[in-house]
Amino acid sequence: MLPRARPTRVVRMPDTSRLDGMTSTVTTPSSESVPRSHPADRTGAQVAADAAAVIGSADLSEAGLRRFLHGLPGVDRVGADGRAAHLGTRSIKTTAKAWALDLTISMVDLTTLEGADTPGKVRSLVAKARTPEPGDPTCPRPAAVCVYGDMVAEARDAVGNSGIRVAAVATAFPSGRAGRQVRLADTRDAVAAGADEIDMVIDRGAFLSGGFRKVYDDIVAVREVCHDAEHPAHLKVILETGELATYDNVRRASWLAMLAGADFIKTSTGKVSPAATLPVTVIMLEAVRDFLATTGVQVGVKPAGGIRTAKDAIKYLVSVNEVAGEPWLDPDYFRFGASSLLNDVLLQRQKLATGAYSGPDYVTID
Amino acid sequence: MRAPAPARIDVRKTYKLFIGGAFPRSESGRTYEVTSAKGAFLANAAQGSRKDARDAVRAARSAQPGWAGATAYNRGQVLYRVAELLEGRRAQFVADVAAGEGLTERRAQDAVAAAIDRWVWYAGWSDKVAQVAGNANPVAGPYFNLSAPEPTGVVAVIAPQASSLLGLVSVLAPAIVTGNTVVVVASEDRPLPAISLAEVLATSDVPAGVVNILTGRTAEIAPHLAKHMDVNALDVAGALGADGITWGALEADAADTVKRVLRPAGDDEASWADAQSLNAILAYTETKTVWHPKGM
Amino acid sequence: MPRFEYAPAPESRAVVDIASSYGLFIDGEFVESASGGSLKTINPATEESLADVAVADEADVDRAVRAARRAQEKVWGPMPGAERAKYLFRIARLLAERSREFAVLEVLDNGKPIREARDVDVPTAAAHFFYYAGWADKLDHAGFGPSPRPHGVAGQVIPWNFPLLMLAWKIAPALATGNTVVLKPAETTPLTALLFADLLRQAELPPGVVNIVTGAGATGAAVVAHPGVDKVAFTGSTAVGKRIAKEIAGTRKHATLELGGKAANIVFDDAPIDQAVEGIVNGIFFNQGQVCCAGSRLLVQESVAAEVVERLKVRLGTLRVGDPMDKNTDVGAINSAAQLARITDLTKAGEEEGAVRWTADCALPEQGFWFAPTVFTDVSAAHRIAREEIFGPVLSVLTFRTPAEAVAKANNTPYGLSAGIWTEKGSRILSMADKLRAGVVWANTFNRFDPTSPFGGYKESGYGREGGRHGLASYLIEGSTR
Repeated sequence: MLPRARPTRVVRMPDTSRLDGMTSTVTTPSSESVPRSHPADRTGAQVAADAAAVIGSADLSEAGLRRFLHGLPGVDRVGADGRAAHLGTRSIKTTAKAWALDLTISMVDLTTLEGADTPGKVRSLVAKARTPEPGDPTCPRPAAVCVYGDMVAEARDAVGNSGIRVAAVATAFPSGRAGRQVRLADTRDAVAAGADEIDMVIDRGAFLSGGFRKVYDDIVAVREVCHDAEHPAHLKVILETGELATYDNVRRASWLAMLAGADFIKTSTGKVSPAATLPVTVIMLEAVRDFLATTGVQVGVKPAGGIRTAKDAIKYLVSVNEVAGEPWLDPDYFRFGASSLLNDVLLQRQKLATGAYSGPDYVTID
Repeated sequence: MRAPAPARIDVRKTYKLFIGGAFPRSESGRTYEVTSAKGAFLANAAQGSRKDARDAVRAARSAQPGWAGATAYNRGQVLYRVAELLEGRRAQFVADVAAGEGLTERRAQDAVAAAIDRWVWYAGWSDKVAQVAGNANPVAGPYFNLSAPEPTGVVAVIAPQASSLLGLVSVLAPAIVTGNTVVVVASEDRPLPAISLAEVLATSDVPAGVVNILTGRTAEIAPHLAKHMDVNALDVAGALGADGITWGALEADAADTVKRVLRPAGDDEASWADAQSLNAILAYTETKTVWHPKGM
Repeated sequence: MPRFEYAPAPESRAVVDIASSYGLFIDGEFVESASGGSLKTINPATEESLADVAVADEADVDRAVRAARRAQEKVWGPMPGAERAKYLFRIARLLAERSREFAVLEVLDNGKPIREARDVDVPTAAAHFFYYAGWADKLDHAGFGPSPRPHGVAGQVIPWNFPLLMLAWKIAPALATGNTVVLKPAETTPLTALLFADLLRQAELPPGVVNIVTGAGATGAAVVAHPGVDKVAFTGSTAVGKRIAKEIAGTRKHATLELGGKAANIVFDDAPIDQAVEGIVNGIFFNQGQVCCAGSRLLVQESVAAEVVERLKVRLGTLRVGDPMDKNTDVGAINSAAQLARITDLTKAGEEEGAVRWTADCALPEQGFWFAPTVFTDVSAAHRIAREEIFGPVLSVLTFRTPAEAVAKANNTPYGLSAGIWTEKGSRILSMADKLRAGVVWANTFNRFDPTSPFGGYKESGYGREGGRHGLASYLIEGSTR
């Protein structure tokens, strides 16, 4: 079972002003009594102290971490799949759908991660993010664009003061197979170039061979680079759940990343199949929910890869709503890593506005 | 010259009840006279009461988990051992059966032989029932799913009135082979082979309380067992030919606790010569189905 | 903070066409009842009257049994199994084709959420016919010897909690084995059975093979008591089951009884906690808890009881209670005013006896029969809510310290239908499964049903099995032990 909650510090309520058209401030039972803070508000020392409190000992050794991670409740795969399938049967219509579509757009990390990326491609991507639906100023903008580190400066320049953030993958993405100094240098470059957010990968080899301390230290080191910079960046930690293979591992990796100070935990690089799945995301949502209850720290979740349709996105939002709860219905705490999702959502948005089914010629291709 | 030795006076047996591995007299202190088919005095049998029945059910219930928990191989061996001991005491059973049922020695021998063979037949089923009556179920989903028979619990057996040994074995052995424990009401007029069988059971490896045997008036004892709330199943075979009672009335009594009732095949007690079947075993089993997800 | 309000997503009612009145389905056609009596069936979510349904009396039942006898002797019995099979396959396909219609009608008549009728009741009913269809010409291989024989006419009485699914559980194995049927649907939920009669018309099933006589308890009693009925199959309360067992005592009628339950759902401290919480919810709130195998007693290891209950309450906060026709509804209406009164009485007793009541904070519609999901903690084994079948969305939470204590408490009931075990330790699961006196044991899952999987109880939960190869036994002379 999970460690008990302890008193927490600062309460920083998420800024929801960007979510136009959303009213009500009712909270779920789970969220009423729990003070919450953003993980990025903590110093490295506080992160370590939180981790020590969670595992019940200052001993963050390999053995200490293993004891804790292997002491987490198991995940029954069939039951978890069934829960996700059940959430996927929710029928979201009319006003709820319109609301969910706009929320989805506001949560997209519009992504291009190709070897063939060019400054032109990145500018085009940013243009799409700035004006997702030409002629409709009520259409929200994606939360961020997500690019390789060497494209950060270009992206930074292009987003200007639009409020769109620049996220960069780093740490020898996507495999992570490089020495720590190389991974940190990769990160440092991206942060220095103006990245608001760093999407790092964990060392799956180390994780699968039981090297939990190595994975923990990597994350702590990358976090330090992100947070100690002149222009600090938030840290998303990619677990690459497709390589972790079991749901038990997904839960353990989620906790390990959160203990090490992740601001977000992210499913996938998009380069490994399977990428994001609904059950894996549900397990990660359970992990952030439980981490909040334990530490008072609210970590975000980002499924990435394979989410292509508005219909799929809404299933994720339903899961966010019913598993983690309303506080996560916020781009500060939930993102979609996607490239083609945006246009499908725009098509659905047009359908709701006009009543007629739309077609690909009526949305712009970046 | 020495005087001729006087004729030896035989040592007669006192027939008592068999409850929890012991041989108590009826708590009521009553006995009744048992005669041969020709009317000769054979013995005074204990005339069991409802309180004796209560004690027997208590003994059966406390023995049940242990007996059901023994391995099927072990139960098979224990029951086979009973057959071995029966074989060694054939002569006594032949004499008992011949006197009680009025059979010729030849036919009594046949009946005893059949009873021993029947015991062997049922003993061998102990570790096969689950394979024959159980199976995996290919459900449409990622689940392991298995059905297997398990013992019902405590079975009350109203033993056949006419066939005092073969009939008794034919209803007793199938009940206990899967792990049930039983309370037997022996043939009212021919109870002696049942008590002799009890002596075999007591000296075999059958744990105390697995088989409990009452003698007495069927119509007096059987309704209490049919109504007893801690009895799970009832074989009413011996209601046929018993005075003052019908199997339908016992079945109706048993309905109040949803007992499993094994009815007699016909309206009169038929020959037990061929009365061995898997269904006789399955009548006192419950199919348990266990599900478990299959996931990595 | 934003709130994700799901807009109403009602299923269309237009797909069903309910007549203002229905007769009895006897010998292939709808006929008036002899007495002309009828009863109203209503929508429990709105109390709106749906239709007048004929009430069959002894004369009507006699007519139905005679029709079934003729059909059994002249048509259905002599028919080769391969041909019987094809009729059953037809029925399975027709049910699938008309699944939405059946689902909507079931919701209107029963009050269950459309999601469950659509995803569970109707597809499982169709699957049941499909499964038993395949047995009809393979009975020689079913383990009952060569050429096992049907009993003849089966009289079947079914409950209101899964009207169509229970019909399928009863009719499919009966027909596959060569029996013919007189079926009595529940008083409050006759409509899908009557629609099924229309489906039989499309299947061109020979007249008299299936007869449907509607009515209340007296009609069911007439079916059970009719001397022309060879085999009785009943699903319903233990009280009525006992009356049936008494009624047929001393006759040569065979019976299967699927009665009540008070299942223990046992959660150990090493359970997969999130799935266990889902299993608890599914175990007691599926079909508003109106399920004989419902996991109505949560036995949770004391060391984790507080945490499990807390997580459970949070989860229950996301259950959507209300309009059963809304595709997002999780908990629908209670089937009848009488059932609601029983649930209310028992929960009142729970409070009076000192258990601590917690009820989900949800608005309930003003019309119709509703009961909010409720959890009782501090329940002791002596409380009525721990012993009696509530048959509603009410969970009683008890604690245990050791596996042996869990087994003892779980078995401490006259019932023995189902049980649940939640632990990640395999050997403990198998040992517990051995020791639990219940006909269905769900380990790390709950409330799973499949046509291939036998279902039925120990002790006062009844006898006989429905589903799977075992479900054939009691419809065959050679397979029947009682």
